[in-house]
Amino acid sequence: MAAPPFSVLAMLRFILTRVSLIIPTFIGITLLAFFLIRLVPGDPIETLAGERGIDPARHEQLRKEYGFDKPVIVQYGIYLARVLQGDLGKSMITQEPVLNEFSSLFPATIELATCAILFALLLGLPAGIIAAIRRNSIFDHGVMGISLAGYSMPIFWWGLILILLFSVQFDLTPVSGRIDVLYYIEPITGFLLIDTLLSDEPEAFWSAVRHLILPTIVLGTVPLAVIARMTRSAMLEVLGEDYIRTAKAKGLSRFRIVALHALRNALIPVVTVIGLQIGVLFTGAILTETIFSWPGVGKWLIDAIFRRDYPVLQGGALLLGVVVMSVNLLVDLAYGLINPRIRHTR
Amino acid sequence: MTTETMEAPAVPVPTATPPHPLREFWGYFSANHGAVAGLVIIAVVLLVALLAPVIAPHDPNITDTAIALKPPFWQEGGSIAYPLGTDPIGRDILSRVMHGARLSLLIGIAVVALSIAIGTVLGLVAGFFRGLTEIFIMRLMDIILTLPSLLLAIVIVAVLGPGLMNAMLAVALVILPHYVRLARAAVITETSKDYVTAARVSGAGTTRLMFKEVLPNCTAPLIVQASLGISTAILDAAALGFLGLGAQPPSPEWGTMLADAREFVLRAWWVVTFPGLAILITVLAFNLLGDGLRDALDPKLKR
Repeated sequence: MAAPPFSVLAMLRFILTRVSLIIPTFIGITLLAFFLIRLVPGDPIETLAGERGIDPARHEQLRKEYGFDKPVIVQYGIYLARVLQGDLGKSMITQEPVLNEFSSLFPATIELATCAILFALLLGLPAGIIAAIRRNSIFDHGVMGISLAGYSMPIFWWGLILILLFSVQFDLTPVSGRIDVLYYIEPITGFLLIDTLLSDEPEAFWSAVRHLILPTIVLGTVPLAVIARMTRSAMLEVLGEDYIRTAKAKGLSRFRIVALHALRNALIPVVTVIGLQIGVLFTGAILTETIFSWPGVGKWLIDAIFRRDYPVLQGGALLLGVVVMSVNLLVDLAYGLINPRIRHTR
Repeated sequence: MTTETMEAPAVPVPTATPPHPLREFWGYFSANHGAVAGLVIIAVVLLVALLAPVIAPHDPNITDTAIALKPPFWQEGGSIAYPLGTDPIGRDILSRVMHGARLSLLIGIAVVALSIAIGTVLGLVAGFFRGLTEIFIMRLMDIILTLPSLLLAIVIVAVLGPGLMNAMLAVALVILPHYVRLARAAVITETSKDYVTAARVSGAGTTRLMFKEVLPNCTAPLIVQASLGISTAILDAAALGFLGLGAQPPSPEWGTMLADAREFVLRAWWVVTFPGLAILITVLAFNLLGDGLRDALDPKLKR
């Protein structure tokens, strides 16, 4: 069967199928969040109200409001409707809506995650490519060894060791936080690297950079290891293909073959791996933010557990799940657009 | 025990030629120096774990504030009686790391065993019955895979309450989808083969087909994934311990030890260095072993 010709219609169908596939996932995530509160031992309203307790009248009012007097399926419907309207409840500690807290903290996490993935790409891609070209050289063995160690790294320990080396021994980097307390930066974008540049204090930018270095390395280590490994094996596979031999036979320069012919094809699996690393990145962010007291959503979630702030935990987990789901969808779509073979086979 | 777990998978290798499948497996495996190194390290860790009560110089839980925060023996102020130093309340770090090996190996093996047992059954069911059952199971697994693994584990532990058992259950659930997917994929390739048809024609029931005919022929990928799964399980359980959601103090679990030691990072490097090093080495060894097993059990993949 011949592949259907490229058409807007086929493209549209591809996008629609992919988008429709995330609906069950979304429902699953909301179900998980919904049952989270109900599985905690004890009365769910008291769970939501916190340890200080609640007076009976308010208890009854909340019972009605949340629909706890109705069947579970109706309760879920009420919950889903609230979620779709952006109502994720209020933090028991601060009384702030969970969505507001999330959106004020999320830029810090994105800033850290972006720096980490850039760090991983800038080191991992060249390392993987050179290791593949110089297969079985000392460089290749070194890259593979280091990446295996990186892949096996308990990053919470790695963070402590880096603090020990760079902050304690050499006094090069700060131990925690996003910026020195000396500076007050008006949050415009929420990304401190940008906000400090917009402010009139140039040293504030360098302070923000210095605070970012260690968390970036810690969070970027596992993706770096995975990207280096993946790039190497993808390049090795592509370099063995016939069209590379043809390119060599044509007398093209080594650089041209690697940069133009091999790399473009090798990058396709690498792009998928980078997409899959987004979920890993958020997992790592929870640990990294805890070690460095980085004021992002990861630390916020962990704090919520210890404060028994269940609305934050419920809403935060839901939002993070939705973010990861959306990123995966975008990667999936981008992948389909780059690679026509994927678009037509499924 | 280690050699037994190593050799057992060689029997059903589909690519091995009849005469000496074990020898062929060992030939491939031992050519991979990394994998052999991993195996040796695991054997050593296992030995330490088994003999911990005998070879550990001190009781891991005895505190003595008089000797708190003693540095390792090669540093000034250290003594050979406490080779890796002591922690803030005077417990011997070497003894705690040794006892921690028992916990970490137990966590890794128990979690993966549980996950494989449930995952294989779910995968077999999905692969055999197809239709709605399959869609339901696989969608559920996709959802688990979508969520960041540690986030899901944290949510589960937050609901069930912190503790080693709950942390292990959470990690087992998080790594479940890998085994379900593997088992289902293997079932789908195997069921179209002649030997399954033959068994079916001769009257074998579905349960027999699933467990007696198909399962033994898809163990190779499961074994490889098990080795890699143990490393994930050890890492994730240690991360939960570090966050205060896994094993609780005074348990000498490596992640929990790190959580205890965190605030002393500025004063006493040894309290944070050794437990983490133990995690890194153990996880690295299981990853090396997993890579080696994959290459040895599926030589075609290597090329």
